[in-house]
Order: sequence, then C-alpha cells, then structure tokens
Amino acid sequence: MLREALDGQRIAVTGGTGFLGTALIERVLRCLPETEVVVLVRPGRHGATERVQRDILRNDCFDRLRSELGERFDAEVERRVRPLAGDVTQDGLGLDEDGRRLLASCRTVVHSAATVSFDSPLDTAVEVNLLGPRRVAQALQTPTAHPVPAAAAPPAPGLAAAARPATRGRTRAAQGSPALPHMIAVSTAYVAGMRRGPAPEALLTETPFSTRVPWQAEVEAARRARSDAEAASREPELLARLRAKARSELGAAGMPLLAERTEKLRAEWVDERMVELGKARAQALGWPDVYAYSKALGEWALLEGRGALPVSVVRPSIIEASLSQPRPGWIRGFRMADPVIISYARGLLKEFPGIPEGVIDVIPVDLVVAAILAIAARGPQPEPDVVHAASGSRNPLRYGQLVRLVREWFSEHPLADDRGQPIEVPEWSFPGRRRVQRQLHQATRALRGAEKALQALPLRGNQADLAARVEERREEAERALGYVELYGAYTETEAVFQVDRLLSLEAQLGGEEREQFCLDPASVDWPRYCHDVYLPAVVAHARVRQATGRPRRGSSGLSREERGRRAVLSPERQLAVFDLENTLVATNVVDSYAWFATRHLGLGARAHFTVRTLMEAPRMLSLDRLDRGDFLRWFYRRYEDAPLDQLNEDAWELTSNLLLAKSFPAGIRRVREHRALGHRTLLITGALDFVLEPLRPLFDDVVCAHMGGAGDRLSGELLEAPPTGEARALIMQQYADEHGLDLAQCVAYADSTSDLPMLEAAGYPVAVNPETKLAAIARKRGWHVEHWPRAHGYRRPWLPFGPQARQKPGRGGLNEP
Amino acid sequence: MPRPGFVLEVDRATPPVLMWHGEGFRLERLPAERSRVVYAPEPLAPLPDPDAAIRRALLEPLGDCPPLPQLLHAGMRLTIAFDDLSLPLPPMRRPDNRQRVIEAVLDLAAEAGVDDVVLIAALGLHRRMTDAELRHALGDRIFDAFAPHGKLLQHDAEDPDGLVHLGKTEKGEDVEVNRRVAESDLLVYVNINLVAMDGGHKSTATGLMSYRSVRHHHNVRSLQHSRSLMDRPRSELHSSSWRIGRLLAKHVKVFQVETTLNNDAFPPQMAFLQKREWEWSVRDRATFLAASNGAALLSPAARRAVFQSVLAPHAMTSVQAGEVEAVHEATIANIHRQQLVDVEGQSDIVIFGLPYIGPYNVNSIMNPLLVHCLGLGYFFNMYLGKPLVRPGGVVILSHPTPWAFHPVHHPSYIDFFEEVLPTTTDPVEIEKTFEERYATDEWYRHLYRTSYAFHGVHAMYMWYWGAHALEYTGGTIIVGGNRRAVRRMGFKPATTLADALEMAEDVVGRGPTITYFRAPPLMLAHVH
Repeated sequence: MLREALDGQRIAVTGGTGFLGTALIERVLRCLPETEVVVLVRPGRHGATERVQRDILRNDCFDRLRSELGERFDAEVERRVRPLAGDVTQDGLGLDEDGRRLLASCRTVVHSAATVSFDSPLDTAVEVNLLGPRRVAQALQTPTAHPVPAAAAPPAPGLAAAARPATRGRTRAAQGSPALPHMIAVSTAYVAGMRRGPAPEALLTETPFSTRVPWQAEVEAARRARSDAEAASREPELLARLRAKARSELGAAGMPLLAERTEKLRAEWVDERMVELGKARAQALGWPDVYAYSKALGEWALLEGRGALPVSVVRPSIIEASLSQPRPGWIRGFRMADPVIISYARGLLKEFPGIPEGVIDVIPVDLVVAAILAIAARGPQPEPDVVHAASGSRNPLRYGQLVRLVREWFSEHPLADDRGQPIEVPEWSFPGRRRVQRQLHQATRALRGAEKALQALPLRGNQADLAARVEERREEAERALGYVELYGAYTETEAVFQVDRLLSLEAQLGGEEREQFCLDPASVDWPRYCHDVYLPAVVAHARVRQATGRPRRGSSGLSREERGRRAVLSPERQLAVFDLENTLVATNVVDSYAWFATRHLGLGARAHFTVRTLMEAPRMLSLDRLDRGDFLRWFYRRYEDAPLDQLNEDAWELTSNLLLAKSFPAGIRRVREHRALGHRTLLITGALDFVLEPLRPLFDDVVCAHMGGAGDRLSGELLEAPPTGEARALIMQQYADEHGLDLAQCVAYADSTSDLPMLEAAGYPVAVNPETKLAAIARKRGWHVEHWPRAHGYRRPWLPFGPQARQKPGRGGLNEP
Repeated sequence: MPRPGFVLEVDRATPPVLMWHGEGFRLERLPAERSRVVYAPEPLAPLPDPDAAIRRALLEPLGDCPPLPQLLHAGMRLTIAFDDLSLPLPPMRRPDNRQRVIEAVLDLAAEAGVDDVVLIAALGLHRRMTDAELRHALGDRIFDAFAPHGKLLQHDAEDPDGLVHLGKTEKGEDVEVNRRVAESDLLVYVNINLVAMDGGHKSTATGLMSYRSVRHHHNVRSLQHSRSLMDRPRSELHSSSWRIGRLLAKHVKVFQVETTLNNDAFPPQMAFLQKREWEWSVRDRATFLAASNGAALLSPAARRAVFQSVLAPHAMTSVQAGEVEAVHEATIANIHRQQLVDVEGQSDIVIFGLPYIGPYNVNSIMNPLLVHCLGLGYFFNMYLGKPLVRPGGVVILSHPTPWAFHPVHHPSYIDFFEEVLPTTTDPVEIEKTFEERYATDEWYRHLYRTSYAFHGVHAMYMWYWGAHALEYTGGTIIVGGNRRAVRRMGFKPATTLADALEMAEDVVGRGPTITYFRAPPLMLAHVH
C-alpha cells in the first residue's frame, strides 16, 4: 500500500543533513524507486546542490544504495533528488518563485529541521524550533503564480540539467484541483513535559495538564533577551572582567590577541546567558529543557498558523542508531545518549542519576522513518493528528536494564586508556540527581582552585604538564556535570507515551511491506539491540580506542611525538623561527645584565648589586607579565652610559660563560637541523644586539633590539620598538615576503604566551618547554611540544655573575666608572 | 729507594683491592688463583733542584743542537709553544713545569736582548684555555707580562690567516702550521711528558697544526695500526707525526724542552690511592672511608667540583732539551724508569678502574665518549709488546658513565652521541660517513675559535682512539655505568664486578684469567 501510494509522488524534506532527515532521504531513494525527493537545505558557501552531495549523499548511510545500484547511483540521484536552497529561519523560507513552486508541487512535506541540542541558546531554539514549522506551513499556503503539476515543474538547477521525463501517476493537476501538500512536522514526545503516567497521541490543545502560553510573547521575549544580553555584555564592568580573564589565559600575548580573545569571551558570555535563560524559561513552564519547550510551542504556533494546510505531527522519543535499515547500527552525529555512554566507558562518570525502574524511551531511527512514510502514504486526516514514535508503552526499556546492558558490554569490550590498558567501568548506584550534582560541583570547584594555584606558579616543561592535566580533569568534571544537568531529566522521566495510532498505521501495511517499513517498537529486542547494534555503533562512531593490548600508534606506525617532529623537519618547510630566552637558552635579559654588571665589580659591590636586584625582582616580574615590550624598555635603561666597547668584548665571554652554559643542546641542534635541510633560520628576540653577536653564526638572520648611544656610551634607550608580542608575527610575515617564503610552511619555536602571535602566524607552531598557559593552549590546539633539557650534570652557578675580568676589579658597575 | 712495579697473584688471603670509579672508588675482591693485580712503581725521587736542572739542560742540549743562548740574538722572532690543559693529569701544583721552563727560557732571551717573543698554547684541536687556566700553567709573572699585550696566544687551527702550508711529506701528508711558528727564527717547545705517547715530533705535529695535517695521523687506520700508542716505534700515529715534525724542523729551528714527572699524582690526604691495600695504615683506612662516604653524600655536580679541584704534587724527575729526537729518546727512558712494569703473558679479561679525569675533561665533565676514550683508548694502550688481554678477550671498565656533557666544552660530542652513535658504532663507518661534516661544520668551528669548545672533529677522535681495542677485543662491559649511555656505545652494562665477570664468561669461557691494572698512578705494562 505504502509504495503504491507514494509512487510518482514528490516528497520534500527539511533538515536533510540531520540524523533523521538523512535516513528518510535514503529510505525513499532505496525503497520507493518511483518517488522524488526535494531536499531543502541552506545553500552555504557552495550552493544547495553541492551541499546535498557533500553533506548528505556522501554519508555512509548511502553505502548500501551505492553498492546496490553500482554505476547507476549517480544517474538515479540525478533523476530523483532535487536540491532546493532555503532556510527555515527566514520568513518565506528564503524561497524565490521557482522554489515556492517546486515546494508546492510536492504531495508531502516532511519538516524535520530542528536544533536538537538540549542546551541551545533561547533565541536560536525559538527561531528554529518554535517558528520553523509555522514558517514552513505559511510558505506552503502562499499561493504560487502558476501552480504547475509535478510533471511540468521547472528543472531544478544543478543535479538535473536536462528537462526531466514526466513522472507517471496521479498528479494534482490530473486530479484537477490544486490541493495543498500534506505537512508532516517532526516534533518530540517530550513536549508532554515532566508529567507522570500515560501520555496520549493527542494535540497539546487536547492534552490535560499542558501549559498554554502565548507563543508570540515567547518569541518576542527571546528576541529581546538576546539584545538585552548583547547590551549587558558591553557593560564596562563585565568587559573588564572578560579582559582580565583573557589575560589570565594568554598572559602577555599582545593587544590584538587579547582583544580577539576578549571579544570571543564576550560572545561566549552572551551565548551562555541565552542558554541559561532558555533553560530557566523551559523549566519554569514545566519542560525539561529548551528543546522540549521550543518544540511544544512550535506545535502551538503551527496549529494556529496552518490555515487550510493538512498537518500531521510525528513525535519520536529519543532517536538512536538504526535497527536494521540501511544497516544495523547506522548513526549520524553525536546523539544525545552517546557522549554520556562514551564518558561512562572512559570511566569519567562515576555516578549518574536516574530511576532504575523508570522507562528510558529510545526508538531506532529506521522505525521513525517508517512511521513518517506510513503517514505520508496514508495521507492527511480531516483534522491535524499526532503519532508517537516511541517504545515506552509497547516495549519498555527500563533505565536499570539499560545501565546493566551497557555495563556488561563495556566489561566485555572495554575502551583503552593512553597506555592501551582497558578501562574498568564504574558501577552506578542510581543516586538522586541533586546528590550527583552536588558532588560534581564540589569536584569542579576544587579542581578550579588547584588549576588557579598551578597557573600562578612559574612552572615549565613537564611540570607545566601537571597543570594541563588538572585542567583536563576539571573540564571532564564540568562536562560530567553538564551531562547530568542536561540529561538527568530524561533518565527520571515517568511519562509513558501511547502508540495506538502508530500501531494502526502498521496495520495498513502489506505483509512484505511490514518487513521493509517496520515501525513496531515491539520488534526491538533490547539486549540484542544494545549489545550488537547500538553500542558497537556508538564506539565506532566516537572513534575511541578499544583495548587491544597494542601500544598506541597512529596509522603511520609512529608515536604522536615522532610524527610532530617529522612534520617540522620535513624538507618542504621553508622557514624556522626561534625565540631565544627559555627556548634555546635558559637565561633572560636580567641574567645577561647582571653578568655584565658584575664582571668588573669587587666582592662587596657584587653583594650590594645582588641585594639591589633582588629587591627589584617583584616589580620586574609584574611588569614582564603585563607587557614584555614595556618591561624591556624599562629594564634596558640600566645600560645608560655603559661602555659599548667593553660590552662588545665581554659579550664573547658571556656567550660561553652564561648563554651556552645554560643552553638546550637539543634546541641548538634543531636550529642546525633546519639549516641542514635548507630551511632559512631566523632568531627573533628582545635581547640586545651586542649580546647576540657571538650567536649570530647559528642563524641565517637575527632580529633583535638595538640601543642607541653616543660615542662609546650607550643611551639606555631603544632605537625602535623591541620585537615582542604581535610585532613578531609582523616581522615574520615581512621576512617571509622579502624572501619569498610561505608562512604556512614555517615552523616557529617559543616557550611562552607572549610569543603567541608568532606561534599562531606559523603553519607549524612548536611549544618548547612551555610555561603553564602555553602548555594548556598547545594541548588544546594539538601543537607539537618539545621538552629540551639543559645539559645534564653541569653545575650551574647560583647567580649569573661574570668571572672577574683580567683587569683588577673596579668599584663601580657598568655605568658607574 | 722507591719500589718497582709489582704483579700480585690473588689468593684467598688477598684483601679487596681499590678500584677507581669516576668521582669515587670501589673495593673489589677478585677471584682467587686466576686473578692478578698490576701495581705501579712507587714515585721516583724528584730532582733536587729543578731550576738548576732546567738551566743545565738549556745550556747543555742533547743531539745536534747548540746551547740555547747561542740561538738567541737581538731582533729575532722567538716563539715559545707549550703543552695545553690536557697535561699533566691531574693538574699539578704551582709552579707548573711549564712555568719553570719558560721563565728560564725568557731569562736567557732577555739576556740576549730578544724583544719579539710570543707564547702560544699548543691547543691542536683542543678547547681554548681560560685566563685562569693559563695563569695556573704559566704563573702570574708570565701571564701578566704577556696576556695584556696580546703576546700570549692560543693556537687556532681554523684561522684562515693564521696558518701556513709548508708542503707535503714523502707520504703525501700536508704540513700546515701556525703562521707565527712558521715565521719564527726559533721555536722553543716546552712540554710535560706525562706518558710515553706525548712529546717528540707529536708535540708540534698535533699541537700547532691544522685539521688538514692532523687528519693524516688521527684516523681509524693509524689508530688500528698503533700497537700501542705508547710504543712509538710500533705506532703508526707516531710515524706520521714524525714525518710531519721532521718537515717542520727543516723550515723552523725547533728547540725542544721535555720534562717528565714522577707518578705522585695525589695529595698526602689521599695517600691510600698510591699504596698497596695490604699496606694501608689505620689512617689510610680512615681517609678511604671518609673520602668514599663523603663523596657519596654530595650531588654528582658537587662531587665533580671537589675532585676537579685536586692538584697533584707531581714532581719533576728529568728535564732534557735540544734536538727533538735525541731529547725524546732520553725522555722515554725516564718515563720507562718511572712507569714500566713487567707482566708475564696475557689474560682473558682485563679490568680498568677509570678515574674522574682524562686529558679532555680538566675542569669539565667526563662524558660517555671520554669514558670510552680513556678506557679503550688510553688505558688499553698502556702496554709495550702486547696487550694485557688476549685477542678476543674482554675489557671491563668501572665508571658511572653518566649521560652528562659539558655544554660549552663538548658541543659536538653531544651531537655525536645523539646523532652518530644511534646509527653505528663502527669507527670505519663513522669516519666515512660523518667525519667531514663534523670537521667542517661552521658552528663547531665558530665555537672552537671564539668559545671554549673542542673542535667539531674531536668527538670523532674520541671514538677512533678506541679503534684498536674495538677491533682486538671480544667485548666491553662497564660496571656501574648509566645503562642507556653504555648501550648507546655498544657496550654492556653490569651492576657489579661479579656480574660483569659472569657476563664475560659468555665470551671467553669458564674460569677465565683476570688482570686488574690498578691505575692511576700511571704505569706502562711491558707484557712478555
């Protein structure tokens, strides 16, 4: 019956790039060989046709059809798929006349476009979920200039360049009356809210206990909330707080990066505020989250705006991996339960709330698809009708049973930790939601404190890794808390969704079709589904590693570290840029100055110098943290009146005695490796030119600070701004342009966030012995990290003092002759 | 009357013997009935008046050579070259032999009215000496008189303007020498002949020449055909040096002054090091316990600093001057007088306890390559006749062999260890594949010339130095060494000497004979 009814028909689908939409399109193409599909997608940058190819047809959902059709696949797609550029967030769906006509030529329009995230910002959810269905309904009622039959519909651009052959069968034109299409809106079973007991397949207007609020007011409030949040986010106090946060993340990375980060934090703040408002509003009205809330109001808005349009509403529960079609375990995107399950398998969720005997209503996607097609085939009812696609009443899966099945499976097939050892899964005791939340809150707070404390310490290299690990743990805890808050309601639902209409649809199907378009939830054998279909699919889809006993290697057979090293040392690279201090040598400008200054001092004067410098240390540290350029300018004033000739001469001794003695031999070797490979090497440092003179031969070029002076005496003032922060990125760009090099083929080595602009500008950034903040950034962005040790066993002097010069030591320092 | 060297056959009554272990010691009991310990001769009596002896040597030269005053005249260019920091070991107390001799030479030069005098440290490819090190070797008077005026130079084997190519020897060896030396009317070379390898033409042929010359004798083939390095007539390294030195002597008048030292290498507080264990007094036992337990309390870096500060009470036992070859013959006789020990036959295993210092880590770190060089290069070659160990036998070294390098002194060593040894440990292969790159590397050259780094190629030489031993023996085991470092060099690490002996049996068979060469104090085994 189903196939006959839909033969020669055209079905339009919105949300084709989503989980349900993709499955629906695939099933039509594979099982209804004479039905056409109009796919309404946002055109994006590449246009609707390309988007359909890229984001829908290339999905592994179509693998089966591809192999069944072989070379005919493309031709078949060409014949039956019609991409249509449109956007459900715009009134009129952003369609032109041709588009409206094409849509009007469909007998059925399935509206499955939605934002399915439970924590969408309020206004996004309202625009898409609340207003979307209504917009579709209104677009379908807008009279077209020349309603045309499907057979004579204009060729859609793209896939079908030539005029299509007429589809046979009944068209509206043939029937003589220009009937409106049948709209099937996909909603959610949870529009029923947090109620207990049976939930019938009825419109919200007919359902007892449903909260009725004027949806128009909600829309307006949401839009206003957005502009209020935007305004609030620009308040000076908040901006100051966000700036402080950006600085604590990035350190002295320079104004442009700080500004960029601050703006990003502001946008995030607004979004978070909108998410918070959405959640609060939904819960205040009795829905678990903004998703159910916006879907429910969407149904109201649709019903009110449907006019003469025949409408059906399908309400699936939690849609999960397919039972059998196109293959068992097909899944697209990270579904609701998946992240929770993966986190559990990783041992991260020690507890999760829930009522063990409560029903967790899961429905495989192919059953939902079948239900939609059955409704399409059946055609519209005189009055809008509602069909549940849910399992809870007919074939309930109890939460406790699900947890047991998941635990059993992961005990058999554990995931692997970093070292390749199996992870043991925790046993849940089904505590109350509040208790779990409280525990996670406490853990998050404690970890946040530890993280702050660690970030304040001057850690480097492997110790900085510890801080990064704490940060990771904190993020894990926050994520766990997020899951509990988001999904906790669903594990505690006590509503039971009735499926009488769903079953009556099945009754219409023929014997053979019952198999092909199976929609009966009773056909799911939960233990088999969990163990053989669902969990393997989730694990495969999440690309997590299962314990195999073999050490972790990439596909190239190399460790991550080795791969990173090979990438930076590939002959294709063109330029290697190095920072000096703490990247190649473990010293800084203060050390060099102290060394020069004390070289000509007697013992007593040295002690005096030490005390004076130590007293200034806190000021130096805080200045350096704020802005490296300012610090250098301020510090270099001490060279005022210093004798240049003497410094030039002493610099050679300083290089051996301080710089090379505290160098990282592996770093120096790396510079030489780059040169041996034919890459240009460039040193960018805030150190002074005369200090660097002896190191010049190591690099092709050196960019450093220059100090002015008169005659033999230095002025203490820099001739130009020192190369720090964002200036480094500009210098790199300029250098690359001058030498015809590509920054995408550039490797940059640096140790702190003040070098962030330089690292970001390079195609291959490398964090060397990174300080805490940079370590965190490098981890997040997957940058290669090198831990270069100082030469072992070498006894370093306590203080960076120069050995006494050949002449008898004088009394004064550098500039006190 | 000092007692000569002595070979002790170990029996059940033999007490544990002292073994050097870097900056520390081990007391080891050797298997009875099949082990022997070779002890060095006791220190010879020093010259009663070294300054008088020096003056006499300068006035009564050996060989075909007039007395020094006859070679000195006003208006001449006089260059005095002297051995660098690598000699003697450990550094000696002031006044150093070099100071005594050079002061005497300068007195004569002043008497003759010579104005143009330049002092050159004959570094060869070694690192430059610091001001403090030069001051120690030459004394304050010489240093302060010459250094501020640029008259105290250090040989620069990579100075394009500071070298002269004098031609080739009959075997085609380049002779490229320090320009100041080549252009001098007289070169006075002042050495300290610590072991039989030093001195003679090798002083100039290594210390004052460029890599272009040095490579003719510092290579794997020469080292494999030097049996031993301490036996000049049987050493290919010396034959080549002699040809080169003779050619130099044709161009420049060379007046060689060689001195020898007794083997009184350690101060009286560490007298136990010089004594045979069964003759230790209560005081010796106490100082041994104090020294080994005290050292164990310190960090490796602090321990190294303490040991590196030890100055030897070395005393001069002879001084001879004049024509190079005649002088060197007398010098060798004096060295043999102090160091020679007769040993009957070879054994299956030889054990060397390596001390904290070698020629290339004065005021520095004994890195793994230097452990290799000291053990298989120097100690293994301390023989006349044939090695202490039979062909295919096993060498056991005792040294902590830390994975530690001096970043300023040994930059090319670090790279050699990280880059070369992981690919191969075969000296022939290493020479073929890597030598040129290390020898001509611009950065190493820059560091050698301007900083305090050994020449880039010097790391190679450290490996070549063991070429003879690597070819001759069946394997090397290092007791108490850093496992990774020891393996990197292709050797086997052992925790204890007993374990090392067990492991060695896999190579040489059950119940092997063992020789323990108890040095320092230095000695030369004459193996019959």
